Order: sequence, then structure tokens, then C-alpha cells
Amino acid sequence: MGVDEMAHKERPTEEVTPGEIAALSDSVIITQLSRLVSWGRQYSFFLYPFITACCGMEFMSVAGPRYDIDRFGAALPRFSPRQADLMMVVGTISHKQAPILVKVYNQMAEPKWVFAYGSCTVSGGMYNNYATVQGIDTLVPVDVYVPGCPPRPEMVLDGLIMLQQKVAREPNINMTRGVSPLGEADDRKIIG
Amino acid sequence: MGAMEMNEEKRRGQGASDSEVLARTKAVLGPMGVMIHTHSQHGDDTLVAHAEDVLKVMEFLRDDKSLKFDMMMDLTVVDYLGAEEVHPYLKPMNARFEVVYHLYSVEKNHRIRVKVPLPEDSPYVDSVTGIWVGADWFEREAWDLYGVMFRGHPNLKRILLYEDFVGHPLRKDYGKMKRQPLIGPVN
Amino acid sequence: MKEENREKGYDFHEASRTETMTINMGPSHPATHGTVKFFLTLDGETIEDIDVEIGYLHRAFEKECEAQKWNGVFPYTDRLDYTASVLNNVGYAMAAEKLIGIEVPERCQYLRTMISEMARMSGHYTNVGAGALELGALTAFIYFIEARELLWDLIESVCGARLTHNYVRIGGLTNDLPDGFRENVKRVFAKNRKLWDDFDIMLTKNRIFLDRMRDTGGISQKDAIAWGFTGPCLRATGVPYDVRRAQPYLVYDRMNFDIPVGTTGDNFDRYLVRMEEIKQSMSIVEQCLAQMPEGPINVDDARWRMPSKDDSSTRMEPLIFHFKQVIEGPSIPVGEAYQAVEGANGELGYYLVSNGGGKPWKCRVRPPSFALTSALPLLVKGSLLADLIPTFDMINLIGGECDR
Repeated sequence: MGVDEMAHKERPTEEVTPGEIAALSDSVIITQLSRLVSWGRQYSFFLYPFITACCGMEFMSVAGPRYDIDRFGAALPRFSPRQADLMMVVGTISHKQAPILVKVYNQMAEPKWVFAYGSCTVSGGMYNNYATVQGIDTLVPVDVYVPGCPPRPEMVLDGLIMLQQKVAREPNINMTRGVSPLGEADDRKIIG
Repeated sequence: MGAMEMNEEKRRGQGASDSEVLARTKAVLGPMGVMIHTHSQHGDDTLVAHAEDVLKVMEFLRDDKSLKFDMMMDLTVVDYLGAEEVHPYLKPMNARFEVVYHLYSVEKNHRIRVKVPLPEDSPYVDSVTGIWVGADWFEREAWDLYGVMFRGHPNLKRILLYEDFVGHPLRKDYGKMKRQPLIGPVN
Repeated sequence: MKEENREKGYDFHEASRTETMTINMGPSHPATHGTVKFFLTLDGETIEDIDVEIGYLHRAFEKECEAQKWNGVFPYTDRLDYTASVLNNVGYAMAAEKLIGIEVPERCQYLRTMISEMARMSGHYTNVGAGALELGALTAFIYFIEARELLWDLIESVCGARLTHNYVRIGGLTNDLPDGFRENVKRVFAKNRKLWDDFDIMLTKNRIFLDRMRDTGGISQKDAIAWGFTGPCLRATGVPYDVRRAQPYLVYDRMNFDIPVGTTGDNFDRYLVRMEEIKQSMSIVEQCLAQMPEGPINVDDARWRMPSKDDSSTRMEPLIFHFKQVIEGPSIPVGEAYQAVEGANGELGYYLVSNGGGKPWKCRVRPPSFALTSALPLLVKGSLLADLIPTFDMINLIGGECDR
């Protein structure tokens, strides 16, 4: 209860809220409803595993019988971005792949989160050259960064729990991400 | 240093006797005047040929009864800008690139390496897709990363990089960190 | 409009002509392991034409390797065929040792053979398991993932990492076997054999699996050789070419193992060849453990292999060479060498060119799945769209290797 009240007080004021909602937002009914919605969201992620490279092998292990991601509710991958809410970017993103990543992110429906899995997505990893994107946060907003090459499955589960706690803290109303800050991915031309 | 001297000997002295593959190749191709150099460094038979004679050499290697190189294992290009002393014949020919073919015979179980030096201002060589079908993608990759053009290739376009990419990145004068991102100002 | 048609003589065939549909099976797709784009031209469900586009995982392996010292290339080679990482390491180390002209001690050769076979098992488990997953056999996938986990525990006790091992060095290895390794291997292999049997019971005589894999994606021997096929896909067509037998390296000439060879070259034969190879690899590992002698695992020359801390702290020459190796890299003599090893997918060849410096001048990998994927249009043209999935699985394109 206390955490939720703090979250509501810290909500930025430029978010357009009608006066009635602002007045009601501290009432018991709305906060409990908000907790229920957060509970639903955090314990039932539908993954979109955007698998490209070696981290995909560890993702198979994380979804496997020993380090079971199903225990945390995030079992079912949905291979259509419209139906998924957590995009796990697993593996190196090259410049050729970057517009596709942005396009898939733009197609996801709200609410959506992004999980950067592996060093290559966090910062480009050990590939600092003409072909590799140096971290996917140059393309899409990222919620959790899990470094490692590849990260051990326990680290991935730790990252998932951190994301669940983050979702619990977030306000539910008016929390839309929209398209990536780079806009639509359809106009591609060489920059720089 | 012991290992270095051994290498020089192997390279200069051509070892004790040529292997069967190299002997047969020299016997037939030598009189035709297509060979520049042969060696067997580290046990790998190597033949260096002129760019104009590539098709002749490759057809002979594939069809000869005692050689029968029916599989083209690998095709790649080496850029010797700044390291011409590695091979003694590069400087006189003013060659910068060298197209390297690795061939293997499934029937006879032997290998050969064929190298074709090319100058910088005219990096053209005939395509061997008519001889081995599998050379298709290897030649596209060589064009993509090095800029060596293969005459007669059915579909010579980029394969590993995107269409808008400018330049040939594996050349020695292309910086590793030079960025040409498709999307994103930060990149 | 009806009057016009009646006047012109309405052509039924012309009006009911079908058109082909172009559809893009894009780079982010669950059934394409990693990232490959298929541009399909479909007539109903039949594939009329397919255009395969790779390169979505091009990470500039060769360019990076030219900027690292000779020993610093190993982590990059790990990530080539990432399902069976040590095989890449071994190939590169052997090519570099060929350039130098040294040979590693016998115990090192046995260890390299043993860990290579374990990596090959891991690669085959991943491929066959993922293939089963694509065809809907989820339980079978889980069984092989568990078998792979047990194997990775073993590999982790030796190499320190589950997936990208970075175990081999030029002139030796990083460390020796841990205590209790032989008992662990016995225990794990007993479980692996049980899981293999369960998987076999579930799939090999399964009606649905057979219908989808038999007679799909076949290729003739002549075509396979012309396209540059090697590895399980070539052996499935009936050509018994295996680098371990044809040009034995390490200690394979002392091992007693069979090369499984198929007949028709279709997907089912590739599956059977891979399954049998898992069993043969287990047998090779057991033979290695039985025959392995005691002794050093590194070559005793400080020019190529970093000296031990004792040596570099007490004697002058190892100290100098240690310094040179760290600052400049080992000065491998001028020359070029090609060394082929049998990777999980086929012949993995390394072509190294040295100009005498501490960094490679050229480090080329001959990727087996590059040649296999280039032949994909030949394998699937004319068959149904659903046949593309098992064919593409059994070809085992690994993005890291194909795109480098």
C-alpha cells in the first residue's frame, strides 16, 4: 500500500489527467485496482523472443526444464508483436537488423517492455566495429539490462524479477510508450 | 629462431620432392605458361596463376583424371596493402589483392590451393560458377567485402551487408570503427 | 460489365487464372534459427521461387580478428558456431600451430579430442532438439535440452563456461581436468544414453515425424558435391567424407569409431546421421579418457605459449617472451596455412596468413553452413511451404558462422 501511494505522488504532472481522476487517485478503490492490474501484468509476461545469436542457446536453457522461466509466469512466447508485451532482444543486433528491431518494437501493443539480454544488446559487447549496433538503447527504450556473454540463466531470472518489481512500481494509467524515439523505421538511409 | 629458418627453407627450397598433385599440375600447366609460382609450404600444395587463365586452370583441375577436384571448398580474397613482402611475386606484378581458391577432391582425397594476384586498379577475374555451382555465394561475399569483381557471375550483389552500404569494409584502408548506420543518429 | 464479357466471349480459363503470391518470411521469425530472410513466391502452398537473404548477423569477425593479437582471437572464434564452440577454437589453434610448425604434447591432443567430441554432442543435441521443436514435438525438445544441460555441467567443470568456452590456446590449453571428472562422465553419459533412447522411441518411428521428414529436402550426391556440402548433410547423401577419417588430426587415428552414412539425402537421413553421431561421440570420449597419458598440457616454448608464473618470475627468457606476448603478441612466422577440422556442420577450415607480426594479417573461416544455405533454393523449390521448415532446420544454419 505504501509503495503504491508513493508511486502515485511521484507521477509527473505533465501527464494529462482530468481533475476528477487526480482527486480520486488516492482513494482506496483505485489504488487496490491499480495493484491488481500491476499484479496481473508482472506475473504474466508474454515474451517476444527476438533471437539472433549465441544468447539464443542460453534462452533455450532458460525456457528449459532446469531453469524454468515458466515459474515466473513468463512461459509463453508469442511470436506476433501485437500479442506480446515483453520483447527480449537476445543476441547481437547488426546495422542490417536494426530497422527490423525498431519496426517490431513499433508494432507492439501497449503496455510494452524491453529486456536487453546479453552484452551485445547492452553495449555492443566485444564487437566494436562497422557492423554492430553499440547497444539497443540507441534504438528503443530499454527497461532491464542483463549483461553477460552469454548471461547465466540465473542472471536472466534475476533480471526478470527486477523487471517484475519495476512493473509493480509503475503507474498503470497513462503509461504509454508509443513508437521508438527514432520514429517509423520505413525511411532508411545512411547517416554519417 | 629455429622455426623461422625452417620456413624459409621450405619456401625457397621447395622441399624434397613435389607431391603427386603438384607434379602433375606442373607437368601439364607449366608448358602453357599460366603459372607464376608453386610451393608446398606447411604441406599445402599451392599454385599461383594469372588472372586471365583462371578458367583454363580450374577446368583442368576439375576434369583431369588423376586430379579430379570436384569440390570448391573455399574462395576468399587477401588484401596485401602494406605487406607485399609476404609473397615474393606480388611486388613485381604490382598486385594488391589475391583471390585464394581452396579445392578438394572427394574421390582422391587431396587438396590444392590456387591463388590469383590482382592489381588494385583492375580487380577483375572470371567467375568460376560455371565450373562449380557452389562458388556463387562465395564470390558474392568476395565482391561485398573486398570489391573484387567476378565477370560472368549471374547475380553479383551484396550478401552480408545492406544494399545502401558504401565501400568494401575488409580492405585494409577501411577503418574498423567507421560507422555507416542505417538508422539512428547516435549510432 | 456482364454484357461486355458476353460480347467478347468470356474466357473462363483466363478469368480463373491464379497468380503467385510473394510473401516475406522475415528475419525475426521463430522457425528460422537466428536471422535469415526468405522471400517466397508461392502458388497456393507450393514454393515456386525462394530468395534467401543472409547477413543479418554480420558482426565483422575477420576485421575484428585482424585487430587482435593471435591469442585474442579465441573468444571471437567461439561465437562462430556457438552450438559447438570448442571445435572452432581447436581449428584456429591447429591452424596457428601449423603456421608456427610446433606440435602440442600428447595429453593435450587427447584432451582436445575429448572436448571437441563433447562440443559436437552439444551441437547435435541443439540442432535435433530444435528441429523437433519446430515440428511440434515439444517434449522431445525438453528431453534434449536436459541432456544438453547435463553435458554443459561437465564442460563447465573443465572449461569454466557453459556455452562459449574459450578453452584452447595456441600451443596448449588453459587448464587440465578437474578431480572426479571420470566419475562425472560415467554418471552423465548413463543419463544421456537414457534420454537419447527416450527421444529415439518418441520420434524415429513416429508417423507424423516420418511424414514430414522423409522425402523432403533431398539432394543427389553429385549436386551436393558441386554445391560444396560437407558434414552430416553430405554424409546423408551417401558420401563418406569426414575430415576425421580422411585427413586425421589430433588423435582420431587411434580412436575406434564409425562414420554414419545415409542413402537418400533427405531430412530424415540427416536426422539419423546426427543421432548416430551423438552415440559415436560418446564412445570417443570414453576411449579418450581410457587412453589419456599423464604429462604436460602446454608446449614448453615460451615464444608461443605464455609461460607459467613460476617460470616468468624466476628465469629471464620466459619473462622476456611473456612481455613480448602481452604487448605485441606472439610473432608467428611469415606464411600461410589452411587447416580443416570436422565441425558440427561440416568442414570448418581456417586459412591464416601471417606477415610476421603479433596480429593475424588474415583470418579466414570457411563456414560449412554458408555452402549449405546457398543450396537451399535447390532443395525446396517445388515442394510445399511446410517442407521448408524441416529442411531449413536440418541444414543447421548457425547465424554466427554463416554471416560471421
